[in-house]
Formats: sequence, C-alpha cells, structure tokens
Amino acid sequence: MSKCEECDAEISIPSDALEGEIVTCPECGASFELAKGSDGFDLKPAQTVGEDWGQ
Amino acid sequence: MNPDVTILYDSIRWEEKALLEAGKKKNINIQMVDCKKLAIDLEKKPEDYGIVIQRCVSYYRNLHSTAALEGLGVKVINCLNTGVFAGNKLFTHMLLKKFGVPTPDATVAFSKDAAIESLETNGYPKVIKPTIGSWGRLISKLNDKESAEGIIESRETMYPIYQVHYLEEFVKRPPRDIRAIMVGDKIVAAIYRNSEHWKTNMALGGTAEQCKVTQEMEEMCIKAKNAVQGDIVGVDLMESEEKGLVVHEVNNTTEYKNTVRVCDVDIPSLMLDYALKVDT
Repeated sequence: MSKCEECDAEISIPSDALEGEIVTCPECGASFELAKGSDGFDLKPAQTVGEDWGQ
Repeated sequence: MNPDVTILYDSIRWEEKALLEAGKKKNINIQMVDCKKLAIDLEKKPEDYGIVIQRCVSYYRNLHSTAALEGLGVKVINCLNTGVFAGNKLFTHMLLKKFGVPTPDATVAFSKDAAIESLETNGYPKVIKPTIGSWGRLISKLNDKESAEGIIESRETMYPIYQVHYLEEFVKRPPRDIRAIMVGDKIVAAIYRNSEHWKTNMALGGTAEQCKVTQEMEEMCIKAKNAVQGDIVGVDLMESEEKGLVVHEVNNTTEYKNTVRVCDVDIPSLMLDYALKVDT
C-alpha cells in the first residue's frame, strides 16, 4: 500500500507490478508511475497526456 | 535467453501489461523495454530484440525508435511506413482514396486566408483537425465564418504542423463510431464508441459496446490496413447517412482495453501469435 500524494488515500500496488506501470488512485483518480524505490516501489506523478500522445 | 518478442513502451498501460501476461501464459520470452531509457547506437549491430511490438504512446518517440530499429534490421510491428502514413491524417486520407476505401471528403489549406476561402466556398459545418494528433485534441467543429476565423487564427501562432489546415466534412451519422482491431487480415473484434458529444474518443469519455463485424466492414478494413502497410492496427469507421461506412482514421499503436472488455476476445494473445508468425 502507498499513499496518494493528492488526496492521501491508500493505493494498492499489484503483486505483479512492473517499474513504469501506471496506477490510479481509487479515490481521486490521480495517476502515478511506479518507480523502483529502496523498499519496493515509489509513486511518482505520471505524465498522463503529452502533447504528442495518443492513438 | 534471447527474447522472442520485445514490447517497446514508454508507459505501461493495461495493454502493455496484458501483452506481457499473454506471453507468460504462452511461454513466449517477452522482453519489456522502456524507450525512455533506450539509447540506440546507430552505427552498431543492435542487440537481439526478437520481433519488436511498438507500443510507445508518444508519437515522436514511437516514430523515431521504429526508424532506428528498423534501419538496423530489426523487425518492428508496425513498420516505419505505417507510423508515418497512419500518424498523419492527410497522408492516410490520400492512401485510403488510392486504395478505394471510402473516407470523408477533405480539403487541405496552407494559410488562414486559403482555409477561410475554401470554407466559404464549400460551406459549413466542417471539422478542422491537426494532421498529426490523437485523442481528439485540437479537433474543432467549424459552424460558421466567425468560429472558423477565431479557431484558425489561434493556430497561426502554433507550431507549423498546426498551420496545415485539414478540413474534413462533418459526417452525419448515429452518435457513435466504430473501432475495429485488425490483426493481420482479420478484424479480431470491433466496438461501437458511443457518445452524445460529436467526438467519440474513449479518451474523452465515450462508452464502448460490441459491434458485429460484417463482411463489408472487414473488406474495407483490410484495404485500409494495407493502404498504410500495417500489420496490427485499429481502424476507425463512421456510419455516414449518405455514404454508408467510411474510414476516417487508422491507428498504428491501437489501444484495445475497452475492446477486450466488451468483446471478450484475447487480443494480446492474437497479437503475439501474429508477431511470431510474421517473424518466421
């Protein structure tokens, strides 16, 4: 479990999580990218829409 | 162990993780490569990637990493030409016409004055689209001269690609469009993207519903895929009241999460099967 930086809700990290995976806060919808930390994964704010992103 | 397949990504979304999971189930050796961490020496034989499935969501990263890898002899799905052709609405339009695929009428104008003159001659409403862009960004409906002048004038201050004014007919249709996922010469699943807004992109909140695939639709989509030299693509169609089915876009790094959800088709597995087949 990690805390959402935006709303402080609990965000569960899947057991099969991958570095770079996008997780979303179930409370406020903020997106975070999983980054390797000293103890498992840290959450860093994800770039959700780049100017040239999409399909 | 050398990888059978490399998933080249810049963000791991549901689609990329589903490919990895499908690979595990099929005992395929999948390598996940974050393009943001990649430096490709263009003068050296590349490391072994197996076949690359290009999944970068950034248009420029996608196109340039494909160019580098393909240039070094790596098989990439989709290929560079598909990235170039499908990534640009004008290029796609011309190729669809060449291949006999019905597509909405369009005009391209290279200045504000030329665009306004064309609109005044051909009438409103029209839809202005950036030739490169996704998820409905900067796509606007031009209802009259006043709105056209304001919108086009704002683009004259933007990056030059936004000063190529691609003006498409506003297609009268039901409040939905169709996304058909092609793996090789087959539509493996298709959805209606319903929306009360005239833009139906899932990214803008449209809802998905299974769409029955017809022979006409499949034949049209095969032609559209071949027009952009694609392998695995998402073809977007509209049901025009006047013309019947028309193709308005081909997506070279298609999203398919909602299609899997509503159609219950294992698209990631089908993608991997296809990739391994074309690699042999």
